Amino acid sequence: MKLFFHGGGCGDSCCLRVQNLSVKIGTEQILHDVNMHVHCGELVALIGPNGAGKSTFLKAVLGQRDYDGVIAFSAPGQRDRRPRIGYVPQSPTFDPGDPVSVADLFSCCMSKRPAFLGLSKAMRNKVLECLERVHGEDLIDKRVGTLSGGELQRVLLALALEPLPNILILDEPLSGVDVEGMGMLMDMLDEIRKTYDLSILITTHDFSILDKYADQVVLIDHTVLHQGKPQEVLNSEAFANTFHRRGGATV
Amino acid sequence: MSIWHWICDLLPLEMLRWGFMRNALLAILLMAPLFGILSTMIVTGRMSFFSDALGHSAFTGIAIGCICGAAAPTGVAVLFSLAFALLFSYVRSRSNQAADTLIGVFSSTAVALGIFIATLGGGSFTKYNKYLIGDILSVRPAEIGMLAIVLVAVLVFWSIYSNRLTLTAIHPQLASSRGIPVQLSQTLFTAAIAVVVTLSISSVGLLILNSLLVLPGAAARNIARNLKQYHLFSVVFALFSGISGLVISYYWGASAGATISLSLALIFAVTFCFRKVRA
Repeated sequence: MKLFFHGGGCGDSCCLRVQNLSVKIGTEQILHDVNMHVHCGELVALIGPNGAGKSTFLKAVLGQRDYDGVIAFSAPGQRDRRPRIGYVPQSPTFDPGDPVSVADLFSCCMSKRPAFLGLSKAMRNKVLECLERVHGEDLIDKRVGTLSGGELQRVLLALALEPLPNILILDEPLSGVDVEGMGMLMDMLDEIRKTYDLSILITTHDFSILDKYADQVVLIDHTVLHQGKPQEVLNSEAFANTFHRRGGATV
Repeated sequence: MSIWHWICDLLPLEMLRWGFMRNALLAILLMAPLFGILSTMIVTGRMSFFSDALGHSAFTGIAIGCICGAAAPTGVAVLFSLAFALLFSYVRSRSNQAADTLIGVFSSTAVALGIFIATLGGGSFTKYNKYLIGDILSVRPAEIGMLAIVLVAVLVFWSIYSNRLTLTAIHPQLASSRGIPVQLSQTLFTAAIAVVVTLSISSVGLLILNSLLVLPGAAARNIARNLKQYHLFSVVFALFSGISGLVISYYWGASAGATISLSLALIFAVTFCFRKVRA
């Protein structure tokens, strides 16, 4: 497996380059021959049926899974160090009884000072600053287990944005979020990528958002079946074969 | 200890005339913050049943230590508990059985092994009763010193590691994405509990140990809204029930350990009535 940082190759704005990626778990081939380029400031949506290997792909990019092939990162002016990846895990659920506030969660992730001593004033201001990015300042004293799906996604997004990453990866950010929350979350991602010029990689089963928000859609079923602009992929034969014949998700 | 005796002389409590009551009170003042703090993580990490199993494995370790003729069975017991805890962590990470099932497997094995060894060759079981029921009133100054050392060690460990432990307990996947070694964190905490339980069991007994490890956290969880309150309430409940249980047991002539446990149960019941129903 190779992971390196390069200065170019696919034009100067290529942020993530995946070449001939394959992942095996035990004897099962989960992914093979995956090739993909993600450019800076782009929102790329990974779609595919359940068990297609989307989450495995994200884990390989995060370095949490062994793989063969090349995953290379680059960012302007940051050639000499590993990229920062912000990650929001899939369907994150917390125990509703946990006495852990949003402020505690940030403190546990970001501060060396034990969270059970309470937050320092500076830390609290820092948390508020982070939450401001996702318009969630009012959530700071809520317990994490009581947040709605959309609120929790926003809080975890704020957490993934600190420190500011080069690439933001969200695994199924829209599952468990209602329609209103969905629009809000996607608008926010759009705003974030424009403000901070970072690349966003999401997996989703909700195709209704693709046209409006995604620059590039990648259809995966163990390998890349089709990739391109949203309409191009949604109207492709590969898409029809994958979803309609299986009676899978709806557009 | 002389400072403690000086303080006791100043307190207008008739029960503190007795040396053993002074020792017991001091032991409780040390144990309450110790177990109050550990209790928060045990409850959050869903390990209350596990701490109970550890208590039993400690007993087995002591039985093994006694059989080996070791001068300090506690040392053997600590080693045995550590091995038990590490083996459990290993099996849990590689098995698809539920944690409570595995705890049941380990717990009953440990108890059976302990009784088997203790009674081997027709041995009598009664000398081990001290460990099972235990008695805080018979705590010795040396054991109090050890509790103090354990308390300091846990406080140091907590101030360095509690953020990572909390994150691992509430959301392992998120913790791992933030670069926290989840498996290592869980193992470290398990090992810490194993050492604390084993060191405390011979001086205070299994009953009070288990109630102090689970009930303060459980009661605090009923009403706490954040980690600070959670820890604070847990320690305060442990202190309050420890002291009140000791005093009540003295005047009513009941078992101190049982009275403290019941007092904790009462606090749980009261906090349950006032539990948080809102965000």
